[in-house]
Amino acid sequence: MENKYSIEQIKSAHKILKEFTYVPKPVNKGYSGETLYVNLSTNEIKIKQVTERMKDVFIGGRGFGLWYLWNAVTEKTRWNDPENEIIISPGPIGGITQYPGAGKSLVVSLSPITGSAMDSNVGGYFGPYMKFSGFDAIEIQGKAPKDVVVFIDGDNGRVTIEEAPLEDINSHIICEQLTELYAKDEADRLHVATVASGKAAEHTLIGHLNFSFYDKRRKGTRLKQAGRGGIGTVFRDKKIKGLVVRTTNIKGNSNTPADQALLNKTGIKLHKEIHRNDDKQCHMRTQGTAHLVEIMSDYDLLPVNNFKFGSHEKARQMASWVWEKKFTQGIPDGCWFGCTLACAKAVDGFQLKTGPYKGDKVIVDGPEYETVAGVGSCCGIFDPDAVVELNFYCDTYGVDTISFGTLTAFAMECFENKIITEKETGGLKLNFGNHEAALELLHQMARGEGFGKVAGMGVRRMKEYFVKNYNADPKFLQDIGMECKGLEYSQYVSKESLAQQGGYALTNKGPQHDEAWLIFMDMVNNHIPTFENKAEALHYFPLFRTWFGLNGLCKLPWNDVEPEDNPKTDEPAKVPEHVQNYVDLFNGVTGKKIDKKELIRMSERVYNFQRVFNLKMGFGTREHDIPPYRSVGPVTCEEYESRKDRYDKQLKEKAGISPEGLSTEEKVKKMREYREKQYQMLVDAVYKRRGWNEKGIPKLETLKDLSIDFEDVVKIVKSKM
Amino acid sequence: MISVNEQPLAWRENLSVSELLKICKYSFPLIIVKIDGEIVAKSEYEKFMVPDGANVSVIHLMSGG
Ligand code: SF4
Repeated sequence: MENKYSIEQIKSAHKILKEFTYVPKPVNKGYSGETLYVNLSTNEIKIKQVTERMKDVFIGGRGFGLWYLWNAVTEKTRWNDPENEIIISPGPIGGITQYPGAGKSLVVSLSPITGSAMDSNVGGYFGPYMKFSGFDAIEIQGKAPKDVVVFIDGDNGRVTIEEAPLEDINSHIICEQLTELYAKDEADRLHVATVASGKAAEHTLIGHLNFSFYDKRRKGTRLKQAGRGGIGTVFRDKKIKGLVVRTTNIKGNSNTPADQALLNKTGIKLHKEIHRNDDKQCHMRTQGTAHLVEIMSDYDLLPVNNFKFGSHEKARQMASWVWEKKFTQGIPDGCWFGCTLACAKAVDGFQLKTGPYKGDKVIVDGPEYETVAGVGSCCGIFDPDAVVELNFYCDTYGVDTISFGTLTAFAMECFENKIITEKETGGLKLNFGNHEAALELLHQMARGEGFGKVAGMGVRRMKEYFVKNYNADPKFLQDIGMECKGLEYSQYVSKESLAQQGGYALTNKGPQHDEAWLIFMDMVNNHIPTFENKAEALHYFPLFRTWFGLNGLCKLPWNDVEPEDNPKTDEPAKVPEHVQNYVDLFNGVTGKKIDKKELIRMSERVYNFQRVFNLKMGFGTREHDIPPYRSVGPVTCEEYESRKDRYDKQLKEKAGISPEGLSTEEKVKKMREYREKQYQMLVDAVYKRRGWNEKGIPKLETLKDLSIDFEDVVKIVKSKM
Repeated sequence: MISVNEQPLAWRENLSVSELLKICKYSFPLIIVKIDGEIVAKSEYEKFMVPDGANVSVIHLMSGG
């Protein structure tokens, strides 16, 4: 589609509301030592100093975000209050180019969908470019009365808030426009990175942010998503159209590390390992995370029809080899410089069949596994072109594909159970598998119309709405509505893995697999049979993965490629050689001397602080850690019957109940009693291991031991005990 | 009879490691196969015959997510 306005028109319509000049501080050992504060209500712009305590306790990235947000909001602040902030920070390692997966930004805000602190990890160039422009974080508070762009000119030490009336809202257009607008010429586009959202973020609570990077081979901007928790909705509520940073200060040593040689050595080792092993292992360079689709179906883990089932014969229509053909091959697709794992695949020249851009040929980033499973199989959709189209529109409209998939699947199950009908959906036939209806629902979200507006509130609010307005059975909706803490589940069936049920529901931000993915260890390998074993895994892995978010790192190079001798190590699931790589990277950048134990302690501080943050916002206790039963076991007779042999065997061998003579309904009930009790026992074990009391509140001695017993933290904890 | 990840499985003659993985639908690429405590190299999967009574561990490394 032709852009309505030329770049010249867009540019001349900009009005500078505030200009701020500064001297960019060079990065030293991973930190510039300064952060940027922007208030859109008052147009105040100022610089804050990064203290040694911030570095020691919160490290960077998600830690900096949580600390700033903690100080910005009270327990009464809601997501759409001007006090709420959006904080973006890359962390000290973020921006190195020697080691794959080191360019991530962490975004933190109060979430519209959970009401508490949300963190989201995203690629693209914004975070590192911002750091090389002199800032370890940007903190945006307040709300603009009219649409604005915030521009950081790192080369000239200038920050502006600009009224921006003519740019588009949808990301695939505005990111191109802003890139062109702020680049000096075509070659300079590589030096510009942007953040934007989209129209649907304005009308739903599941808005996401797109972080761009300029792809010089494709001559277009690519988009990576900070997907979870509705931060795009906060962004548009603040009337931000875009954030832009431009810098030419992008060198291999822009982080000015303490030990460049150590980074080089560690990086070269992993590059060689990827080169040797990726084609034999996960095929990340040709298939991205979509390599998991048929594997998840083989292991009964692929969500089908709102997580009722874990596999489907049609899953092969969306298998890795299908994506390999659709993705353009032979282009090094890294979402930051130096990432040779290069999983950021794209479908080029995809012709859209629906919506406002019908007929246009576009670049579609992904789809990644979560998207294929979310907007695909979870909704009973197995048509790869429909998945690509849904992926494109979710991205450009600024909607999280995971939440969109899970909430659409929930609405579909309600439709099939006649809880809602065409009357309530405005004529949408929301049967499983109807991709046209799913696409129309998405277009309605972008237009702020019809059932799209209802669905866009997310699963938790849809449940309340259906009970209130359509007399739905609240218990059934609670069982099948795949959300916990208000956040929609990501795309793995956890019914057969008790540890993963905890991996989802015992998270700080809500059920997202980036804290812990323990299904194979638990369900397939039988390596963590006791509650204590599972609790240990639910201590270590969430903390290990939290560390990536403190440092601006991608999780994938940790365990989606592995050294040949990894099987011979003591703890292959941890990939010990790679853990040591991360210790070396941190020490190499910062000059500190941590070991692998301290690495976990660093995360433990931030993780417990985030738990207390939840307490501050009125969550963070045991009742918020309980999953919907669909995540734990078969809700319906249909689900039980579909895996009858497995469940009958489990009833007999694990629960000590003979299934003979019992009706399916009775068996479902008995199975539920057994599994729910198991889950509660798991919670007890995990709380104990984490140093929390039986309510799930961190004990005072835990806070003290971690040196986060700050006065206001202790006060909140004491008030909740 | 053999045991695979603590679960009993019927044994048959000429059961290679590759065949066993197919039967169990273990399609995940990052796995380690141990037979009676000894690692079997990937290059041996076609040739290595699983003996009756074997204790087989097919360890799936995490990946995912
Ligand atoms: S592994 Fe993939 S997602 Fe991670 S940094 Fe590299 S390209 Fe980006």
